[in-house]
Amino acid sequence: MKLTLRVWRQQNAEAPGAMATYEVDGISQDMSFLEMLDTLNEELILSGDEPVAFDHDCREGICGACSLVINGDAHGPERTTTCQLHMRSFEDGDTIDVEPWRASAFPVVKDLVVDRSSFDRIIQAGGYISAPTGTAPDAHATPVPKPDADSAFEHAECIGCGACVAACPNGSAMLFTSAKVNHLNVLPQGAPERETRVLDMVATMDDEGFGGCTLTGECATACPKGIPLPSITAMNKEWLRANRKVRR
Amino acid sequence: MPLASSVVSMALATRADRRPSMTRTLWDSSVGKKTIMAVSGLIMLGYLAVHMLGNLKIFFGSDEFNHYAHWLRTLGEPFLHYEWALWIVRVVLVAAVVLHAVSAYQLSRRDLRARPTAYVHKKARSSYATRTMRYGGIILALFIVWHILDLTTGTVHTGGFQSGHPYQNVLDTFSTWYGNVIYIVAVLALGLHVQHGFWSAAQTLGVGSATRDRVLKTLANVLAVVLTAGFVSVPVAVMTGVVS
Ligand code: HEM
Ligand code: SF4
Ligand code: FES
Repeated sequence: MKLTLRVWRQQNAEAPGAMATYEVDGISQDMSFLEMLDTLNEELILSGDEPVAFDHDCREGICGACSLVINGDAHGPERTTTCQLHMRSFEDGDTIDVEPWRASAFPVVKDLVVDRSSFDRIIQAGGYISAPTGTAPDAHATPVPKPDADSAFEHAECIGCGACVAACPNGSAMLFTSAKVNHLNVLPQGAPERETRVLDMVATMDDEGFGGCTLTGECATACPKGIPLPSITAMNKEWLRANRKVRR
Repeated sequence: MPLASSVVSMALATRADRRPSMTRTLWDSSVGKKTIMAVSGLIMLGYLAVHMLGNLKIFFGSDEFNHYAHWLRTLGEPFLHYEWALWIVRVVLVAAVVLHAVSAYQLSRRDLRARPTAYVHKKARSSYATRTMRYGGIILALFIVWHILDLTTGTVHTGGFQSGHPYQNVLDTFSTWYGNVIYIVAVLALGLHVQHGFWSAAQTLGVGSATRDRVLKTLANVLAVVLTAGFVSVPVAVMTGVVS
């Protein structure tokens, strides 16, 4: 495959940045999108240019490190992570636009790399449970109803990639935060911090400069892990409940 | 200093003791402010449903319509004084409109700040009703002002405003082309606003769920269509001479 890439290049956080155009040839349909970028970078290095900086780690769709808005879609045209997106989703001769996540809470560090530590601070505000340390308890020591276990698993699938924020026209982190809140709040292990968790995580989300939810639904469409839009409704319910309970 | 700051952050990690009041938390949080929007929106929606039904009385002649308007002022007597019930409704509505508009402005500011850079590669996204909540809301705000100045105070009314004769006043308004245009545009904006707004309010208040989604979306559509059709029927009837 021969492709034209238009890639966002930005020297550092302060530099202005702009789209740069590159031609790549000899791309196989079986390559992942990141391998295609590796090919571009090898050529750039050989010709003495600076390679395109982008985030990646596991390359198997489980760590949440990869990002990229491809032709206007977070993680590209398929519902998966960029590392699991393959070039067979594109046609020979295509022009592909590659941009970083855009949100003021995710400032660009360089090229396609953004700083997602605002997510870490949301987690620090309540994405944990109080548990005795020591040997692991028996798996059946605390019974969990099946629907609750299923719901916790569904939400635990969130890999913290930030595609929801990138896709949201308001740069809102509601889907991510709701995944984390619901994951722990449905479980008995999460019960001791049930109220403080949702109040503090939402407050931190606001403090970090994420936008509010207008229920546009772009987040759930972009999420590679299928965290559904009603998760936000469920978090709103938890938040309202906590706001009543916490002062009693 | 490092020790002191880590002690502070330990204390903040469980800041359960010194929480701001519930009202403060509602007002400061993006989720809380949406709750205020949802509740004030539903109050206005309830009022509009009643208002629309009342307007339909125009199809039964000037006596019935004017009598209805008079009854609104005597509502609650003898327990309430003349026009008190009406004034209570007005105060609640003004509060709802102000809270709704101020929250909408503040939330929109936050949203725009959170996403200052647009993508180079543009995509058409989300439904028309979703995308027009802000512009539609501004149209509605302007309309509310014009509507009150036209048919309540008579300040901008054409054709000689007569207090106590709403039937004739309505006929005057819908005898001008701009009266019809302003009113119909606003009502269409209202329909779109309610279509996304009603469903949104259910999500904000946490009563939506995957299983209830179909019912809520249908209800939002029905409400939007019924309100729009009911409100639009009046200028259309005046224009076509059905009401004269
Ligand atoms: C003063 C004029 C108005 C303005 C400026 C306005 C603006 C807005 C905006 C911008 C939103 C979206 C907020 C967001 O998603 O963050 C919204 C939502 C809403 N509006 Fe309005 N609106 C106005 C009048 C009305 C009226 C007359 C009604 C009554 C039917 C109404 C009912 C609603 C409802 C139910 C919502 C959903 C609240 C939620 O998302 O939880 N609005 N409005
Ligand atoms: S909710 Fe989905 S899109 Fe958002 S961070 Fe989690 S996995 Fe990524
Ligand atoms: S690199 Fe780990 S999810 Fe894509």
